[in-house]
Amino acid sequence: MIWKRIQGLSYSSNLTALIIFLPPALLLFTMFVILPVGEASFYSFFNWNGYGSPQKWINLDNFVRVLSDPVFGHSLFNNLLVVLVSLCIQIPLALWMALLISDRARSSVIFRAIFFVPYILAEVVAGLIWRYMYDGDYGVVAVIYSWFGQQAPHVLARPGLATAALLVVVVWKYFGFHMALFIAGRQNVPSDVLESARIDGGSRWQITRHIVLPMMRPTIILSVFFSILGSLHLFDLVFVLTGGGPLNTSQSVVSYLYTFGIQRMRVGFGSAVGVILFIICVLVMVFYKRIFMRETEATSS
Amino acid sequence: MKKRISFFSYYRWLVLFGAAGLCLLPMWATVIGGFKTTGDLRTNAFGLPRQWIGDNYASILFGARFWQMLWNSMVIALFTVFFTLVVSSMAAFALAHLRFAGKKWIANYLTLGLTFPFATAILPVFLRVRDLGLLDSYWAVILPQVTFNLSFSIVLLRGFFAELPKELFEAAFMDGCSYTKIFWRITLPLSRPIIATVGVLALVGSWNNFLLPLVMIDSDQIYPWPLGIMQYQGQYGTDWGRVLAFVSLTMTPAIFFYLLAQKHIIAGLTSGAVKG
Repeated sequence: MIWKRIQGLSYSSNLTALIIFLPPALLLFTMFVILPVGEASFYSFFNWNGYGSPQKWINLDNFVRVLSDPVFGHSLFNNLLVVLVSLCIQIPLALWMALLISDRARSSVIFRAIFFVPYILAEVVAGLIWRYMYDGDYGVVAVIYSWFGQQAPHVLARPGLATAALLVVVVWKYFGFHMALFIAGRQNVPSDVLESARIDGGSRWQITRHIVLPMMRPTIILSVFFSILGSLHLFDLVFVLTGGGPLNTSQSVVSYLYTFGIQRMRVGFGSAVGVILFIICVLVMVFYKRIFMRETEATSS
Repeated sequence: MKKRISFFSYYRWLVLFGAAGLCLLPMWATVIGGFKTTGDLRTNAFGLPRQWIGDNYASILFGARFWQMLWNSMVIALFTVFFTLVVSSMAAFALAHLRFAGKKWIANYLTLGLTFPFATAILPVFLRVRDLGLLDSYWAVILPQVTFNLSFSIVLLRGFFAELPKELFEAAFMDGCSYTKIFWRITLPLSRPIIATVGVLALVGSWNNFLLPLVMIDSDQIYPWPLGIMQYQGQYGTDWGRVLAFVSLTMTPAIFFYLLAQKHIIAGLTSGAVKG
């Protein structure tokens, strides 16, 4: 009898709660995330400036234009460069630092906090700071050149050099994030395993190479994944540091979208770029899931 | 053996201090640069100012513009945090504790946002905001921000809610509590740590957001600070002393906040990372 009452209560209360709790999230999410993605794929078939309704259906012209634009190719290439630099410089650096300061000593805690500071700065702030650093007349680069009696170049005004400068800032700003991931991963390595390796006479290097690093594999894969995602998000730094210039050599995909789609209100064209970006992201996600699944299978069997 | 250990520790300190120096040098040069004359900036980028100039900082601190844009950012950030927490914790509760058909579908649907960057859909979002008549207002930034926080927040909150002890809910049912009451009286009070984490992440994200206000906001009275600082930089160009002072003044609160909320920020980022 009592049980019946409780069940009845829980059923009706379940329903009221559902009616109150879910709709706000579903509504907002549908309105500002899901529908817009659908709309972007619809608009990408039109030549449209955003006023009135889209009418000039142009098939795949927008996509053809984007994909055959050398500037877009270069932007995509820059995104790849970011990933490459992240793989070859940023992640090893972050891993190195993480292994040096993953203990609980006070000094390690302080160093961790310091290395993480660039990451918490707004991109705009980081961008402006480095614009000053790179300024050929004032900044730190200028001073370093003057020590050797040289006139400094305006780094951000030279094609190629500007992109390299951007990459330096990316490494500076985000390596602390990867380090934090690695420290969490390193602390998950059980200490009794390390202890027994030490008793067996393993050197510091052997233990790191053959025990710690293999056990941190999932974290490293995660970190690679994050640097790919981060590169696909890259916009603020580009905008503030170089504005994509000189001669559009330092654009990223998102800054390309901003410059050629949003700023000129070319809704169709911009949407096509958005759709391409979306497809890239989904592919990355699927690829990652697959690797991750294989990883977990390998470790569980 | 002893010798090797001391070698390792020398090497360790050298590397760590070197890296910390490289990390902090640009920030040091910026803060100290705000106190320098233009001539000083040209020749003496790292050192202390030969002559300390307070004007750059003072003119910003005593002007209305700086405070106005911090206020704008603050309003946008607080509303974003509030609505993110309300909407996502309700949905997370429903997904963690209620029984209904299609739950898995809805959970997957709501986490789709983790897949792609906001920029993908920014043009349609812009048009929607325009058609709602919200362009150039705080809401034009708040609503899309809240929405794009949802996936991430729901994942974090739901995971935490689901791990709360079941006995509590059963006892509450016995006493005739409804789900809404359980949500308010039991789930939320017990979930303070995760709520703090989600809130802090939403706050930082909103405070630093640049692309969205850049697209949505036109009038400089409601510029959040990242837009304001770019405008200021555009205005004073290479009068770096002023620009650096401005940058330092916006950087300092962020660093203080980070030192205070460090635990939540790092926990949020790494746990989000592991689950996302």
